Amino acid sequence: MASNKKYWKSVEELNENSSIVEKLNKNEFVEDLPTDKFLGDKETLETSETSRRDFLKYVGFSTAVASLAACEGPVINSIPYVIKPDDIIPGVADYYATTMADGFDFANILVKVREGRPIKIEPNKDSENGSTNARVQASVLSLYDDNRLKNSLANGKAADNKTVDAEVLAKLNDLKTKGEKIVVLTGTCASPSTKSLINKFAETYGNVDHILYDAVPEDAALNAFEKMYGRRTLPDYNFGHADVIVSVGADFLGDWQGGNFEVGYAKGRVPKNGKMSRHIQFESNMTLTGGNADKRVVVKPSEQVLIMIKLYQAIVKGIATREASPMNDAVQKAVSQLKKAGRNAVVVTGIQDENAQLLALAINNHIQSKVVDVVKTRNFRHGNTEKVNQLFSNMKAGKVGALITFDINPAYTLPKGAEFAEAMKKVGLTVAFALSANETTNASQYVVAIPHYLESWGDVMIKMGQYSLVQPTINQLFDTHQFQDSLMKWTNTPGSYYDYLKGRWTESVLGGKSWNRTLHDGTITVTLPEEEIKVNEVDINAAGSALAKIKGSDLELTVYTKVGLGDGQQANNPWLQELPDPITRTSWDNYLLVSRIDAEKFNLKNWTVANGALDGDMVNVVANGVTVSNVPVYIQPGQAPGSVALALGYGRKGLVKDMNVGVNAYPLAGGVYQSAIIEKVTGVHNFACVQLQHTIMGREGEITKETTLADYISKPREEWNQEPLFSLDHQEVTQDKVNLWTKFDDSLGTKFNLSIDLASCTGCAACVIACHAENNVPVVGKEEIRKSRDMHWLRIDRYYSSDMTVERGKEEGIFGTGDFFNAQTHPSDAPEVSFQPVMCQHCNNAPCETVCPVAATSHGRQGQNQMAYNRCIGTRYCANNCPYRVRRFNWFKYADNSEFDFNMNNDLGKMVLNPDVVVRSRGVMEKCSMCIQMTQATILEAKKEGRPVADGEFQTACSNACSSGAMVFGDINDESTKVSHKKKEDRTFRLLDFVGTKPNVFYQLKVKNTSEA
Amino acid sequence: MPMTPYPQFSADDIDAILAYTSVGDVKQVATTQVAESMVATSKSSTAWISYLVVFVILLLAAWVFIASNSGLLKIVTTIFVMLLGTYILFEVLFKIGVDQDYQPIQPIAFDHKIHAGDNKIDCEYCHSSAKNSKTSGIPSVNVCMNCHKSISEYTGPVKSEKEKEFYDTEIHKIYDAIGWDPEKLVYKENYEQKPIKWVRVHNLPDFVYYNHSQHVTVAGLECQKCHGPVEEMEEVYQYSPLTMNWCLECHKETNVDLKGNEYYAKIHDELAKKFGVEQVTIAQLGGKECGKCHY
Repeated sequence: MASNKKYWKSVEELNENSSIVEKLNKNEFVEDLPTDKFLGDKETLETSETSRRDFLKYVGFSTAVASLAACEGPVINSIPYVIKPDDIIPGVADYYATTMADGFDFANILVKVREGRPIKIEPNKDSENGSTNARVQASVLSLYDDNRLKNSLANGKAADNKTVDAEVLAKLNDLKTKGEKIVVLTGTCASPSTKSLINKFAETYGNVDHILYDAVPEDAALNAFEKMYGRRTLPDYNFGHADVIVSVGADFLGDWQGGNFEVGYAKGRVPKNGKMSRHIQFESNMTLTGGNADKRVVVKPSEQVLIMIKLYQAIVKGIATREASPMNDAVQKAVSQLKKAGRNAVVVTGIQDENAQLLALAINNHIQSKVVDVVKTRNFRHGNTEKVNQLFSNMKAGKVGALITFDINPAYTLPKGAEFAEAMKKVGLTVAFALSANETTNASQYVVAIPHYLESWGDVMIKMGQYSLVQPTINQLFDTHQFQDSLMKWTNTPGSYYDYLKGRWTESVLGGKSWNRTLHDGTITVTLPEEEIKVNEVDINAAGSALAKIKGSDLELTVYTKVGLGDGQQANNPWLQELPDPITRTSWDNYLLVSRIDAEKFNLKNWTVANGALDGDMVNVVANGVTVSNVPVYIQPGQAPGSVALALGYGRKGLVKDMNVGVNAYPLAGGVYQSAIIEKVTGVHNFACVQLQHTIMGREGEITKETTLADYISKPREEWNQEPLFSLDHQEVTQDKVNLWTKFDDSLGTKFNLSIDLASCTGCAACVIACHAENNVPVVGKEEIRKSRDMHWLRIDRYYSSDMTVERGKEEGIFGTGDFFNAQTHPSDAPEVSFQPVMCQHCNNAPCETVCPVAATSHGRQGQNQMAYNRCIGTRYCANNCPYRVRRFNWFKYADNSEFDFNMNNDLGKMVLNPDVVVRSRGVMEKCSMCIQMTQATILEAKKEGRPVADGEFQTACSNACSSGAMVFGDINDESTKVSHKKKEDRTFRLLDFVGTKPNVFYQLKVKNTSEA
Repeated sequence: MPMTPYPQFSADDIDAILAYTSVGDVKQVATTQVAESMVATSKSSTAWISYLVVFVILLLAAWVFIASNSGLLKIVTTIFVMLLGTYILFEVLFKIGVDQDYQPIQPIAFDHKIHAGDNKIDCEYCHSSAKNSKTSGIPSVNVCMNCHKSISEYTGPVKSEKEKEFYDTEIHKIYDAIGWDPEKLVYKENYEQKPIKWVRVHNLPDFVYYNHSQHVTVAGLECQKCHGPVEEMEEVYQYSPLTMNWCLECHKETNVDLKGNEYYAKIHDELAKKFGVEQVTIAQLGGKECGKCHY
């Protein structure tokens, strides 16, 4: 039963003697005011010439001067347009449909534009690929990155675009006459128009190669698919059709094969008519996907290979493994469930090996899986490492005449990046089209500053037949030049890229439909001629035996991408840097994930210091023939012993000072795994880890709820979702019968409630960034995070739990084995994971309101707990009295402060601020407002149009960003709304219900499908 | 000048325009009436009377201290002077940041009396975003040019100190901003336009959210309610104190018109059923809550 579980956030909590956990439970503010800094130093105090009287004089004088200065208000200018654009009404937001496609992330989005400034990204829910992850949400800030290239460069000197274009053109013509090789190296090019321009370029210059390159390649899957289906592309998966999902190392809720699978996946995770999908994950790192799985089996990368072979043999060949081991047992059970589910099953794998991918395709083909779509294939992660390697050796041999790179940074993302930069010097002509200066532009002769995607025209075909347009939402901020415009100039194509795009679309895509209408919608789906799917005869047995040759090693290293930084393109984005990783809850860093057993073996430690911050040892990692020094170690519960992992995207150089964090893991990338050697080095690493922060008075054990599908179906609600009972006149009564507060009539008009379904929440953190953008939440930096001063209004708590009981041990057949013993003594070795987004719960009986001495926080009839910043005097009583720890204190002035050199410290970065929400000053409390600016705007719109508000119109930033549909927001006083229905569901519970706060945010508990049969 | 032809207008369009102008005229009359009924009290200050009173009292107090021998009288006077001092101090402190009557000098001596008063131009013709947006919007120069393409000189009544040339120079400032050649009646080519730096008269702090369209479109308030008799102002000044108290006073007193707006239909029914009332004030509907304006 769910309530028997012990939930914990950090291994530290499992240590019963930890005084720190005790201290953090009791103190909201772990750090006292730093009075010691100015009063502790006796010597200075005594020798100081400032006496007490002087001090009072200064105070008096400065007060008087300040008051006098305040009497004269500043003159504020108001400067209207000279000629106002027709579609802009100052103060009213416009929305434009466009598409993000940066080679790593692809999404159909809506851009909210105020007075010509894009300020927020929202998913385009009317489109097929309208789901946004944290990086897509944060990309609007990358537009205002002060580090961007502001003009083009020729041999390191500023040059205007026309000169660069002309000079390059002359050199290209020269190369053409000599017949030398010209290589265009781009990221995954999903743009049909760009492709056709590159083809035209190739026709013009003859000896041209267009090579696709991905920083995080999916060659194995691409090659396997090509072998089997004849096309080098990636199939699409709709996990919503799956009854059984078996994933062998595929982090499909993360970035596996480009991600974007959570919408379908979440659909199958909410029990409907007693049914939900069963998800079994075999993996070595703890991933988002593993955290969401019903059953997570901890295996090393080399063991994953074995599992793939066994799955194939059992399902396709019908050969069962004989040896009894926990792993074989798990495989056996997975096989029987897969077989039972028939066509509604799927096997996916993230093993970076062609043969392993072939096996997965073969299994899915054998069971005729409905989940896999081999027709509407996905047009991303199409990079070809083999060709890139060939190019590399050609470059070294001096066989390449020209190298034109577009929006990629191979000198950083290639395992041998530095060598690549060196080889670039042997190329006659190097031109880099780039957004900001990086390792590749530094090695290029010509650098063309390109506009951000929010300033560009373009098109993308994300999946076959699904065309989307990219349109500019702001005039180009800098002297930038689109790659396509250069291509047109070099190929002597008349007109602008916009003309070309429109012409091409009218001719071949629109099919008579209106260009303007399509631009408005952002996307158009074209029915492609149906092709017969031919499955090639591939020798899977040979693939299997080739695969079987992969042997394990003592320490297997893999690289992975984090939710925040991905491949590292947006490493200069402070929102993403500060986003705590959903699993490790650590921001501003990458680190080597190590299991507890390995940590003990190598004598590596993580420890929590007095203020709750995490420190750790560091190691040197030797793998792939390189040494990466001073890598911090993070002991990850659930990491497979004998495996370690390091995140990509960090360790870039030349970013804004605080953003230069982490180590570069790209040199360690490649293969199924890299055999690694680690050695401890002296020194301590300071993590910015929030997992122990904002602890809830030791009530973690009661905060989240979950149950199993079996219990959910068969047992009464009281058993798995008991409402708290209170004693009234020695009778046990439910909550609505007792109340300390006088009743507050809120039945009139609109009343907002937010519903969060933990069954479909994958913990992806898109909502956290959306909240950042909507509410002008400041970035505080690594040092402040360490002091528990993060400002996130919305956090996603991650809880570990382990419910290994004797009963369960017998059920799973591990009772009496070493595994059972381990699970008993070390719950951290194979924990279960739950995610829970927590923001202000907007309690009807709010503890914060009663303790505010100045009534700065008060209750609204619409259910929102309102915070008047201008009234707040910063006593912080409210935060101390909040059972959910959701209030954040402004310790500093975060805007216009060089100590916090993030986006709010420069004019460019400030352009992203939402003009409808105030930027809070120092010394006030802030917290989630339930996006009152959005609800009020919706109400006003309805009033102006004289109509009631329709269901679904009310949104908060988080509910709008939630692509899995876990968050539903709306009017609870209206019986017909979705949120009203959600409230009546039997899975509904409120956080810390027994406290009696009666929150306006409620949750649906998570159901795990633990059935093994 | 010949009348500009508008070939794109159909006969119906022209009828509609004519109808609009006539209806507009009717509305204008109404506006003027309302405006007249709430003409501001004389702007000439009465502060000198209070200064005189305070001065006399202080004189009396001084006389008590110098001439009187009564200890009791001295104590009473001391207490009185201290209370008076505190009162005056509070009065002064409470006025800090209240910029009522603020009347900055503008880059162009735009005369609202000539435009909105004499020529009866509707406020929302120039401040067109007031009905749609949070800001009322200062008109962009192209809006000025709608009329000033053909009005390049002032022909109205001239007062003694302000000569015709003065007004003409001011009109030419907008030509300077947008690059209009009043001689040739064309826009200059490749002209670097100069945005006009108006000085903002009505300033609210950043932590206050105020929306014009809520008050203009939904509540149907006349602009004069808050901005005063603008159509009589040669130079605009801040008519209202714009303090929170001033906002709340109005929110407490004003009834919301629940009828005729479908948004309120449900609330209206519920109210009638629950309390048997037809009318509620803005404050009763939640217009007094902090979070409605502070976020």
